[in-house]
Order: sequence, then structure tokens, then C-alpha cells
Amino acid sequence: MKLSIERAALLKAVSQAQSVVERRNTIPILANVLIEAEGDTASFRATDLDIEVVDKCAAQVERAGATTVSAVTLHEIVRKLPDGALVSLADDGTSGRLEVNAGRSSFSLATLPREDFPVMTTTEYSANFSAPAKVLRRLFDKSKFAISTEETRYYLNGVYMHVADGEEGRALRCVATDGHRLARVDAPLPQGAENMPGVIVPRKTVGEMRKLLDDDDMSIAVSVSETKVRFATPDITLTSKVIDGTFPDYTRVIPTGNTRRMEVDAAEFAKAVDLVATVSSERSRAVKLALDEDRLVLSVNAPDSGAGEAELAVAYGDERLEIGFNAKYLLEIASQVDRENAVFLFNSSGDPTLMREGNDTSAVYVVMPMRV
Amino acid sequence: MPALCRDCLTRFDAGRRCPACGRPRIVAHAELFDLAIAHMDCDAFYASVEKRDNPELCDKPVIIGGGKRGVVSTACYIARIKGVRSAMPMFQALKLCPEAVVVRGRMEVYVETSRRIRAMMEEMTPAIEPLSLDEAFMDLTGTEKLHGVPPAVMLARLTRRMQAELGITGSIGLSHNKFLAKIASDLDKPRGFSVIGAAETVEFLDPRPVGLIWGIGAVGQAALDKAGIRTFADLRRWDRQDLHARFGSMGDRLWHLARGQDHRRVSRNAPMKSLSSETTFFEDTSDPDLLDGHIWRLAEKVSDRLKAKRIAGRVVVLKLKRADFTLISRRRSLEDATQLTDRIYRAAKAMFDQVPQGKPYRLLGVGVSDMVAEDHADRSGNLLDPQEAARIKAERASDEIRRKFGADAIVKGRSLR
Repeated sequence: MKLSIERAALLKAVSQAQSVVERRNTIPILANVLIEAEGDTASFRATDLDIEVVDKCAAQVERAGATTVSAVTLHEIVRKLPDGALVSLADDGTSGRLEVNAGRSSFSLATLPREDFPVMTTTEYSANFSAPAKVLRRLFDKSKFAISTEETRYYLNGVYMHVADGEEGRALRCVATDGHRLARVDAPLPQGAENMPGVIVPRKTVGEMRKLLDDDDMSIAVSVSETKVRFATPDITLTSKVIDGTFPDYTRVIPTGNTRRMEVDAAEFAKAVDLVATVSSERSRAVKLALDEDRLVLSVNAPDSGAGEAELAVAYGDERLEIGFNAKYLLEIASQVDRENAVFLFNSSGDPTLMREGNDTSAVYVVMPMRV
Repeated sequence: MPALCRDCLTRFDAGRRCPACGRPRIVAHAELFDLAIAHMDCDAFYASVEKRDNPELCDKPVIIGGGKRGVVSTACYIARIKGVRSAMPMFQALKLCPEAVVVRGRMEVYVETSRRIRAMMEEMTPAIEPLSLDEAFMDLTGTEKLHGVPPAVMLARLTRRMQAELGITGSIGLSHNKFLAKIASDLDKPRGFSVIGAAETVEFLDPRPVGLIWGIGAVGQAALDKAGIRTFADLRRWDRQDLHARFGSMGDRLWHLARGQDHRRVSRNAPMKSLSSETTFFEDTSDPDLLDGHIWRLAEKVSDRLKAKRIAGRVVVLKLKRADFTLISRRRSLEDATQLTDRIYRAAKAMFDQVPQGKPYRLLGVGVSDMVAEDHADRSGNLLDPQEAARIKAERASDEIRRKFGADAIVKGRSLR
């Protein structure tokens, strides 16, 4: 194999690959990236056995072929090379080395045979559709903070992507929860997604996929089967197993009868929560919200470290209410609001609270209160 | 040499018998009335309580412990003569002493008795550090003015009161720090009163094995042994830096202990680091229903103790021992610390379910660690488990019932499995 490639294109391809590779690996080949050269493209493939990413880019291929080298080492080299460099990768198939040359620097990297590299089996996908990067980005960005890290509840370790009846018709919906808070985000159902099976996209996949979604107008091809999900741009294909489990019935968790309504500027609210929470030293910092006519008093009382209070003007017309929350959860949901005011709907101090942006029901958040 | 009669509390200046009452239970020591750090250790506490409440047991060997497969938690002094020791497997104890009467512990009674001993100690000093139900450190520094008598007299009075009012005997160790006080209380058991003065500290320690150090078990002893350290004299020959280099932070402590120095204070709130309960099965089992019942009962025990101490834990720990003695332990940290049976059970059960099943177990343990005050625990509900609030309410209510009408007044069906 022999090819040369623009440093910028190579860096992009290799950085995607090296982030999929698990840092602590017991199987040596999984630390490597599979480089395949053919025609006028080079492809870079990496896997952790659950996720596989393939990044194709244009290259001048002198001699077709394939080999594998350490993804992290190759990435570090390319990253440190000067911008604009032309990098050549060559292996003679017998020495067990990949020669990397750029300008006046050269490297010789140990390789492992390409035959040992595990390539993910292909699957029959039951739904194929495309969606703008912007739409997918919103779906996952707004829900991923609620993903559980609790391994015994593995079925919560991802975002549940499925088809649902939203407030404005059929929707492509993403839900994540850890039992303390829940995020439910809807987007209009893309054509071709109607028969999509509901899948739990693992946390790591959500993170890796996010890198494909930076370009607003890029169209992302999504394929879903019962066991796998695939996101693809023209250059990059990310295939992932989905979590084998049943996502709990979240619909009964979302309160429908909460009537006490508070409207507040989300940024100011977040700032005030963050400010008062400063005095608390406990791990789950509890903030008390005391609501009275158009007035919100946020307070923290931590016997060991001190107390703090901040007042905020809000729109609130119901009877007095005192309710406590984990400061971190309030900050996380408040930071999801980007255009309008945050609207909180409370019931009692022991019941789940609902938050949304203005009257937009396409993204709602539920958070469990805390005794304060 | 200052001396004290432990029966009539008369103070006098040396002699083999008390000049006032003529009895021989004398403690005499040059520093007797100057020392103030004490360790009180009840003599075969659980067994003594049983003998007190059932005089028929008085002259019989009594072992407190559970089942044939369990371990001895306490053996009375008659059983100890036969070689029975605490923590010995029950079958072995019964081999040594087949005529022993085995009694299942009555924890509530022990707790109550312990509470009354604690109250007596409270009258002497606020600086009490209980180590368990039956032993505690006391710092009596500066109490002589208050009580009008030196600490040694107060301590002798304490054991006399314990025997008269509660029918329990205890042994006292009196010294100038906790380390030595604890060693002293063990020197002259039962009904002992031993003193280790500052003057003879090093001379006293030198020939003794380093295994005396509290917290040094078989493993620690093996490590010291490897370094050629068997006695305190061996330890004292080591340079402070060398000890530090070899044993890390423990090395510093060893250096001090070798010289009989221990600067730890007697503090009543030595924070508890973890709390757990475990059970060895009568027969090895892999029956999931049976094991589930055990997980529940252990969670309940742990929860009861957490509630009694008004604390909670943030981490739930599950411990399993297979029939071949391989140990499996799992831990899970909770978002919200807990003291509730329901939550401890669910966390432990979830971890249990992830352990490959099939092989039989001989032991199961459930515990919590990372303690917090109960005000900081169980503060939020679970969105995905709407029934949880109702279960917690039921748990609190049955706690209340048990508090009023006794531990057996109400139990969960699952705990009978």
C-alpha cells in the first residue's frame, strides 16, 4: 500500500478513528486503525466492537492495499505535523512497518495484519431516512444530559430514539432519563422513518455521532434496525450496536396536571441558581425555590458551610410554593433553553416538575424535586 | 506506692489487702492517680447478659452465635477454658466444647444494657468513644476537681456499679493514651484493672509482639514479620524514615507506637466509615428465592442500624462468598444517599442479579459506606418508580410500629422466605 494525503484531511479522518478506540484495551488490534487504499480514496476504520467508524477521504493512491497501525500514535503524529503538509503512508506488506513521511520527518510504525481487524457484520436495516444535521443535533444535544451512568440499569445508558405521537403529529422522538430527570425532545418525522423500531442509542455513540453534526445543512443518512443504528455523511459512516433492553414507559412519568406556572428568563435563573449553590459543599447541592406573587427566592442552607439567598423577578400568579431541587439538575435543564423564557410547571413540593421553553412542547424536561 | 481497693474504693499506700475492708482486690501503681485515659471492656458481654437473665446458665459454658454454620460471636469464660474463641466457626467450637449451650443473640437486650453502661460513663466524662456495644475509651482528664476523686477511683466505681446495677462485669485499662489503655484492659481479664504508666511504657512494650497493635491483622503481621519485626523492641530499632519508606503512612504510626506514643484523641464522634451485615448459610445455596430473602433481611438489618444512628450511606456494597471461598464484592454509588431498606435492597439486588448465577454461595453480606447525616439522605424520589414513595411511606410506618410494639410486631412477607 502506498498513498499520499493532505494533512488536514488525514487529521480529520484519524481523529474520528482514535476517539472511537478504547483507551484501555486488552486486545491489541482494537487499538489500531485499519487503513485501506483503493482507487482514489483512502478509508480509515476503527472499532471498539460496539461502534465502528469509517472515514473516507480523497488520496493519491500509488499502490492499493491495507494495513493497521496504532490509531493514537498516528493521530498524535499527524496532529503535530505542520499545516499544509502532504503526508505519505507506505507499507511494503512484508516488513510489518508503516512508513509515514511528511516533509523532512519520517516515522516507521509497527503494524498488525489487516486480516485480524474485526469488521462489523452488515445488517439489514428496516428503516432508512435522512435528516438535516441541525435536527439530529437538537434531538440528541437536548436529551443526552439526562442519560444515566448507572451500569446496573444499562437500559438507561443511552438515548431512546423512536417514533411517537407528538403534540403536532407523528414525531421522531429522543428520550433520556436517569430516574431523577428526564428529557423528551421531538422533531417532525422524516420520510422513511415511519416503521423505524425504537432503539436505545448508547451514550458513547451519541458522543461520537455528535462529531458528524457540526455542519447545519449537511444531510445525515440514518439507518435503523432492531440491533444496530447507522449515521452517515458522504465521508463518514458510524455504525453502532444499540442497547439490548427495554426502555421504561416514560409517558406516565411526564406530569400532565401541573398547574402552577412560573415563567423566568432561563439565563438569569441559571445564574442565580449557580450563585446561591456556591455556599453548599455537599455533593448533591440542594436549592430551595420559594415562590410568591411574581417573586422567586432561591436559597441554600448548608449547616456545615453556610447559607445564601438570591431573589429574582418572575411571572407567577399561583399560591405560595416552596420546593427544592438538586442545583445541578436545574442548571442542566435551564441551559437547554435557547430562545424564549423557561416555563416551569409545578404541582406540589413532592411531585415531578415540568420545564419547557415558552409554549413549545417539542422539548420538555421533567425533574424530581428534593426535600430541603 | 498509691493503691486503691476496688471493692470499697479506699485509697491507701500499698499493701496486699485493703486496710479498710480487708479484701485483696487491690490495684497499686506509682502513677495510679495521675493517669486519665481509660479503656473499658465488658467481660464476655453477650454471654454475661444471657447468664444474668437466665441463672440456669450460670455454671454452664455459653456460646452466643448463630446456627451450625455460623461463627461464635461471644463465648463465656467457662467455654473459653475449653478453647472456644470469638469468631471461631461454630462447628469447631462445639467440637471443643460439646456441652456448650448455644444461644442466639438478643441484640435488643444487649443494646439496652450497653445504653445503660453508656449512661453511667456519661456521668463521668463527656469524652467517650464507644468502639462497640461493649467497649469504649474514656478521657477523664480534668475531672478530678468535678468528682473530688481521681480518675482511677471513678473507674473502679464504674465497674462496681455495672456489676451491682446491671450484673455485668468489665475490665479497665488505664494509661496515658488510647493505644496503651486498650492493651491494658486486656491484661487482667475478667474483672481486671491494669495500669501502664509513662515510666514503664517502653520497658513494658519491648518484649511484646507487634500483633498487639489494634488494626494489625494476619496480613499486617506477615508484612512486619517479613521485615524482621516481631516485637516492639524490633520495631523500635527501625529508623523513622525507613519505616515510612517501607510501610507508608502506617510507618509513621508504627514509629510512634513503638515508643508507646499515640496522639489520637478520645472523640465521641469518630466518623463511621461503613456499616454492614452478613450471614453464613446453614447450607451452601444457589436458590434465588432464598438468596433474595437473605438480601432483604440483611438490607433491613443495615437499615435498622443506620436509622438508629441517624445516618445514611451513599454507596451500597454487596459481598458474596462462593462455596469454594472465592469472594465477590460489588459496590454501587447512589445519587441520593439512603438509610432505607427498600433502596438498599434494590441496589444490592440489582448488583446481585448481575453476578453470574448458578454456583452455590456460602455467605452473603450487604452494607453501606460513604456515610452522611440522615438529613442529607433520601431527599428525592424516583421518576421511574412511582410506587417507591408508597413503599417508603409503608417502611416508615412499620418502623414506627416496631418502635412502639417491638421488633417482631410487623415484618415483611419476603423476610420470611
